[in-house]
Amino acid sequence: MTENSLRRRDFLALAGAGALSVTLLPLSAQATPTDVMTAIGKTLGGKSPKEGRIDITLPEIAENGGVVPLKVAVESPMSDADHVKRVHVYADGNPLPDVATYHFGPHNGKAEFSLRVRLAKSQKIVCVAEMSDGTAFMAAREIKVTLGGCGG
Amino acid sequence: MAKDIQPRVRIPSKLKPGEIFEVKTLVTHMMESGRRVDQASGKPIPRDILNKLTAVYNGKEVLVADWHPALSANPFTSFYLKADKSGELKLTWSDDKGETYTKTVKVNVG
Repeated sequence: MTENSLRRRDFLALAGAGALSVTLLPLSAQATPTDVMTAIGKTLGGKSPKEGRIDITLPEIAENGGVVPLKVAVESPMSDADHVKRVHVYADGNPLPDVATYHFGPHNGKAEFSLRVRLAKSQKIVCVAEMSDGTAFMAAREIKVTLGGCGG
Repeated sequence: MAKDIQPRVRIPSKLKPGEIFEVKTLVTHMMESGRRVDQASGKPIPRDILNKLTAVYNGKEVLVADWHPALSANPFTSFYLKADKSGELKLTWSDDKGETYTKTVKVNVG
């Protein structure tokens, strides 16, 4: 089942690229979940994040991978003593895993943000939040993408 | 190109002290990912994205966002701020060429 749908998507991606007369670069290697974990490890300096406290809002299926609305909310009192410092967003199926990093402080009131992203294929969105007390939290969410949005 | 770039910022017109409000922003920008190839010449189109957004509220930096090519063209983003005093909220975007685009809005607290 999974293999079948993957093959179908590959075909769709090729057909779409042909129709738009845009060629993908030959070096369009995809990031892997391992790349994302490496990036997270580097950012956190070896600390391992705990699960939870992050709420990711994403559509279940994105027809157009070029514009996918994404909302991230981190649970925190956002006080001087206890607040969210940074939130990182990664996409494990994109050519480059990095999506964005948002820096916060107690003046934000709540650690929540929205943006629109490009996704190359069906994949997992991973968010990591760094707290003021040095702890880190992680959450992930799967999304199905009908037509990828990175090659153009 | 530069004059086509129109940053737009939207915040509530009136705020109470301490109120948490949403800042919505949209910029018209291609966000060229650097992965597309020009069909006529066969050459890759160089990357040109807005890579940073900074928000300054009454002289204090209140949000920094680092962006990568995975952001959609005409990047929209929203975030929250706590209303403190009336004044100015200044947003600055910078791109790969080192150019910056700014938009300042008045914050009404009272």
